[in-house]
Amino acid sequence: MAALTNHQKNGLGGVFLTRLEDLLEWGRSNSLWPLTFGLACCAIEMMSAQDSKYDLARFGSEVFRPSPRQADLMLVAGTVCKRMAPRIKTLYEQMPDPKYVIAMGACTINGGPYQKTYSVVQGVDKIIPVDVYVPGCPPTPEALIEGLMKLQQKIRQGRANANV
Amino acid sequence: MTEPYTIEPQPDSKDLLVLNMGPQHPSTHGVLRLILKIDGETVRDVQPVIGYLHRGFEKIAEGGRYPHFIIECNRADYVASYTYEVAYVRAVEELTGLQAPPRARYIRVICLELDRIQSHLVWLGTFGLDLGALNAFWYGFRERELILSLQQELTGVRMHPNYFRFGGVKADFPDGWIEKTRRVCDEVERKLDEYEDFLAQSDTFLMRTRGVGVLPKEMAIDWGVTGPNARASGLDFDLRRDEPYFAYSDMKFTVPVRTAGDCYARFEVRLEEMRQSIQIIRQALERLPQGPLILDGWEKGYQFLIAPKGEHYTRVEGPRGEIGVYLIGDGTTFPYRVKLRSPCFQNLSVLPELMRNTLIADLVAINGSFDIVMGCVDR
Repeated sequence: MAALTNHQKNGLGGVFLTRLEDLLEWGRSNSLWPLTFGLACCAIEMMSAQDSKYDLARFGSEVFRPSPRQADLMLVAGTVCKRMAPRIKTLYEQMPDPKYVIAMGACTINGGPYQKTYSVVQGVDKIIPVDVYVPGCPPTPEALIEGLMKLQQKIRQGRANANV
Repeated sequence: MTEPYTIEPQPDSKDLLVLNMGPQHPSTHGVLRLILKIDGETVRDVQPVIGYLHRGFEKIAEGGRYPHFIIECNRADYVASYTYEVAYVRAVEELTGLQAPPRARYIRVICLELDRIQSHLVWLGTFGLDLGALNAFWYGFRERELILSLQQELTGVRMHPNYFRFGGVKADFPDGWIEKTRRVCDEVERKLDEYEDFLAQSDTFLMRTRGVGVLPKEMAIDWGVTGPNARASGLDFDLRRDEPYFAYSDMKFTVPVRTAGDCYARFEVRLEEMRQSIQIIRQALERLPQGPLILDGWEKGYQFLIAPKGEHYTRVEGPRGEIGVYLIGDGTTFPYRVKLRSPCFQNLSVLPELMRNTLIADLVAINGSFDIVMGCVDR
């Protein structure tokens, strides 16, 4: 209480009121650990987003985990083929909650250039829930970073699929 | 979904552990799945399982007019998209009897060589990652961004250019592009020496690559291995020199060949190839002829190209080997059949032979040194 009055007087040493949920979401949004998981062309741009020029690490996402059990963000980067779809679902189920999904590229949004192909799943949201869609074929690293920041915003506002 | 590929338990393999590696694995470079039979740390048998990225390119090609496949085929090998696109465009041109104007041929050579450098830089980065040399990834991708920004200025996108046309190319170099390319060439050439220094002088790197995954020359020929992987085994064959296309006959360059056939030889060959590519780009920029970019009337006319009846096979030297396009025309605006010959598929099929009776860590090094792109394998 003393701290509160002190803060009202001179702006120093105040208290910080928040909900536990907000604090957790703030923490989660700033330490997203993506799964090392490249499918096709977009994976090359995902690697470019990690590299020295774009440096995804600035946004707290540098720790790409090879195991789904240590990751909480799935970047679906590339064409989802029917043969790969069951594996993607398994990987998603193996990730611990709360977990988030970014669909990167036209193929994962609705099939993209392979809309009439017999072997391609027409959008990854047919098998797993998606938080953010990043369009492009392939999206530039800037677009991916924008998508990641949108996801952070969504997590902080409690609107991500894992929160609902 | 049923799984057609399983390893049946063999009577002699009672004590072997069957281990599944992939399709989601950081060192399989995409969606390659390897079923390993291991005895302790030693790999006794390997079975690659492919098809996780089959997108049906050959069927897509039949569904559209000739130009429609230009935008699709570059996605087959997404690390070297220019090369696939050029291979298809060249196949259609040769079937139809078109000959691109000289300036377009030189521009194509410059694009192909820039593409080769950036593809080898991706390889260098991922190969380094596989062996634990993270700096190769940071440095390799730093220089790759320089080349990608050149390509973006020229074609408008970083990957998948859609830039080549039947009978020429889409656009001329932007202002100042040639100067910028010369500067990038100098920069990359300087950096290549740096890469060689920090990798080839590292004991760890040498121990993990020297004498590992030796591919004999005869085996390379038998299995149809092409490109840098075959040249590292002593097969002196390069389509750019032996069957010159576009403007390659005007260029002076050497084809690097090593005889050791191990991972280190493949590393050396690729580094040397990047240096030669820089030489080719410099020569092409110097001798760049003036003139039209595309045949008269083909700026829009390429969209309704009618290829004659007949069949044709074209091959070009890609960063991973011989990229072939087998084309059948039936006298309409639609291709009857397009078959893509992928170098990665042939290179992948020899891998189990090399991986048998090696350590698991060596398996990762061998796989990394072969530069497999799964989009190219599965098509």
